[in-house]
Amino acid sequence: MKRKLLFELSQEGRRGYKFPASDVPSCEKLPQHLQRQTSPILPELSELDVVRHYSALASLSFGVDLGAYPLGSCTMKYNPKLHNYVAALEGFANIHPLQDEKSVQGALEVIYKTTESLSAITGMAWGTLQPLAGAHGEYVGLKIIRAYHTSRGEDHRNKVIVPISAHGTNPASASMVGYSIVEVATNAKGLVDIEALKELLDDDIAAIMLTNPNTLGLFEEDIAEIATLVHGCGALLYYDGANLNAVLGISRPGDMGFDVVHLNLHKTFATPHGGGGPGSGPVLVKEALRPYLPTPDVVLTEEGYCWDWDRELSIGKVSGFWGNFLVYLKAYAYILTMGREGLKEASIHALLNANYMLSRLRGHFNVPYQERCMHEFVISVHDFKERYGVSALDFAKALQDYGYHPPTVYFPLIVSEALMFEPTESESKETLDGLIEALIELGELAKTDGDRLKEAPLTRPIKRIDEARAAKNPILRWKPKE
Amino acid sequence: MTPYIPHTAHEREQMLKAIGVASIEELFSSIPKELHLKGELPIAAGLSEEEVFQHLKELANLNQRKVSFLGMGSYERIIPAAVQSIASLPAFVTAYTPYQGEISQGLLQAIFEYQSMICNLTSLDVANASLYDGHTAASEAAIIMLASKRKSTTILVSETLHPFTLEVLKTWAFGTETIIKIIPEKERTFSTDDIEEYLTGEVAGLIVQSPNRYGFIEDYTGLAEKVHANNALLTISSDPLSLVFQKSQGEWGGDIAIGDTQPLGLVSAFGGPSCGYIAVSEALMRKIPGRVVGETVDRDGERAFVLTLQAREQHIKRGRATSNICSNQALAALTTAIYIALVGEAGMVEVANQSYDKAHYLANKLQTIEGVELNNSAPFWCEFPLTFTSPEVLEKALKALSKAGIFGGVRLYPLTHREEDKATMVVAVTEKRTIKELNLYYETVKGVVA
Repeated sequence: MKRKLLFELSQEGRRGYKFPASDVPSCEKLPQHLQRQTSPILPELSELDVVRHYSALASLSFGVDLGAYPLGSCTMKYNPKLHNYVAALEGFANIHPLQDEKSVQGALEVIYKTTESLSAITGMAWGTLQPLAGAHGEYVGLKIIRAYHTSRGEDHRNKVIVPISAHGTNPASASMVGYSIVEVATNAKGLVDIEALKELLDDDIAAIMLTNPNTLGLFEEDIAEIATLVHGCGALLYYDGANLNAVLGISRPGDMGFDVVHLNLHKTFATPHGGGGPGSGPVLVKEALRPYLPTPDVVLTEEGYCWDWDRELSIGKVSGFWGNFLVYLKAYAYILTMGREGLKEASIHALLNANYMLSRLRGHFNVPYQERCMHEFVISVHDFKERYGVSALDFAKALQDYGYHPPTVYFPLIVSEALMFEPTESESKETLDGLIEALIELGELAKTDGDRLKEAPLTRPIKRIDEARAAKNPILRWKPKE
Repeated sequence: MTPYIPHTAHEREQMLKAIGVASIEELFSSIPKELHLKGELPIAAGLSEEEVFQHLKELANLNQRKVSFLGMGSYERIIPAAVQSIASLPAFVTAYTPYQGEISQGLLQAIFEYQSMICNLTSLDVANASLYDGHTAASEAAIIMLASKRKSTTILVSETLHPFTLEVLKTWAFGTETIIKIIPEKERTFSTDDIEEYLTGEVAGLIVQSPNRYGFIEDYTGLAEKVHANNALLTISSDPLSLVFQKSQGEWGGDIAIGDTQPLGLVSAFGGPSCGYIAVSEALMRKIPGRVVGETVDRDGERAFVLTLQAREQHIKRGRATSNICSNQALAALTTAIYIALVGEAGMVEVANQSYDKAHYLANKLQTIEGVELNNSAPFWCEFPLTFTSPEVLEKALKALSKAGIFGGVRLYPLTHREEDKATMVVAVTEKRTIKELNLYYETVKGVVA
């Protein structure tokens, strides 16, 4: 099914909205040389045109509300509908960020209590909700680490260690903060190679960034020893919270020895991902790092909640206002609903679902590294590629024909032809059974009729996309015909 | 058990059996015993949906709503009902980043349309799928400028940038080799007069803002030529709604356009989510940060859309990526695109003109009050600074306005910490305000000052 662009639907003179007529006299506008010179050329449509256009586009898209979305490391769990109602309340949606503190006590309480809850859940002292996404949280966390070392006269620490299995944002964030990156190897068990790590640890290391469980879905069981080693050389331990959904109420990053934690509320705390954002990437720290958190903080005084800008050692502001308020408001609603026992239930069932899938797929697919997994796991279709020419990408595309969103592919980089599944606790046994059977069927099909997978998808609105062409000959916008 | 988890006790049994473990606890046996949380998480027990809703409604009710003249980066504007309705479609809300093109064509096309709108508004060639907000967009622009000139270390910024943009830039530069040099304002606007003195060899580029932090429209005549003569680049930050009214970034000869799309269909939301936009000239295409959607074809040769130029991005380039940005503000960008589709150029011009007329109606009336000063050094659009004889009078005016049901403006001093701003607030007037509200504002201020 093809869909015209908004610009191609445009009819000159058509209107989609009527504003109230102005009730003040019109006055002389800007001098000519400050005025816009040419029309921006925007579509002209009726309200119904616009509604039908986007309804059609929605029908050509896929979300958690439509089916299983087992994208590894993305935690595509169900986004409760209550959250949308809460975020739409006038008293939250239509308040200005620069209102006086006294007029936004409810909003400040949300910030305070959410920070307090997230600190308790992760075992940290306090934090900030200002970062606007996970990668932004990494950047902020590393800035805090940088400020900490600088204030101790240890500016020479200019390297950050990341495992080769780390999310790409880790090295990218470290380099944005001016650190150079040192990679640490993974051992035969899929965990950080402690001996290799020891070699790297010296006094120019600022921090090590870890995801625990890691991107293979394995718990770094030597984490206590790693923490001792890292702290022993004066460096800090950074927790990438992308995989926190595995350990809620089971084990806390703070207790594992981590000094700085960032979370992805759009993963673990059920806020919708919106097709790529807005997310929210709070950063939580241990007491020693608290002075470096971004300004302003929210404090509770006798006169109620107040902004506190008076932080001499703070790294300063990291985004325009106070973070993605409506996003962490939803996360707060989720925490209130789930409570201490509900959050643990979520992680337990995330583990149950992932292990169930893994146990049923074993025998049909190669599972590198693992007996069991935490909340996600990685299979390799390297053999299929070698023998039948069917790649991880082909499996992903073919899965679309069964009505499932594909898993993450080609990640982590240490597994050849990787498919990374994270079913989350939201999916029922029968949904997982359907997904498992589809995968097994595709495995069989790959052996007998590999072309069927290489041609996939066949049931989507379009056939396999030519991605190379898009990059080679970039068309990045609609242009009016000359 | 919460209703968000579907498992029955019977299913749990079956699944554990299939896995080959006797109990749930065995599933996390790889976590060393000493790292198991002792007892429960130190937070409250779970509540029902109804209890949570009532509690949060109470909190929402603690937040006051008044007739708002607050701006400085966030504005209360008229939003067509269809905007939120369309932006709530579950396939948009509950999708991840559209890595898998064939199953995400609708979302990809919507982003492509958004990029096209941003290009057209800014008169530049390439826009990305969005950045976090207009303030962090300034650091992303700075990164592009530094990467475009060898051995450059310095970013020039006008003092008239939003105070928070300056702060975000300072945070970003901390601990790196980049120097942020602030060019002082002249009568609350950026002056091109001495710019050549600042344009030294190590300067990668300049960031300016119009309407600026006070609301003034700045005049960049000849600026781009001077900046380019130094092999540096020019970034202009603008409220995107103003671009139907004032010269666009591309028309000024700018290389990079940034800003925040909050005024285009997004609620204030206590400051977030809003949505940063960035557009660049063709020459900078491969330096743009974040997601970019491109047009291509599928196997049958039919038009298709896909995330492209990914060789710039962190999941491929890792430490050498153009930026670390991964998640952006996709749904907010989509909301802006829906707003633009509904109101069109004609609607945006109507909004921009009404805002101008209403702001000037109020400003002209306030100007007649003795003891209230408007700085009229440059033309303004919908926002202007208002200075009283003392901070005390300012407070009195704000208090009286509040009593009359009005949030009168944003105090400047707490944002800038400059002595000269102590008795000044910035007043924003949008198309949403009525003549009755404007008159009430005037009468109230007059009553206090006179």
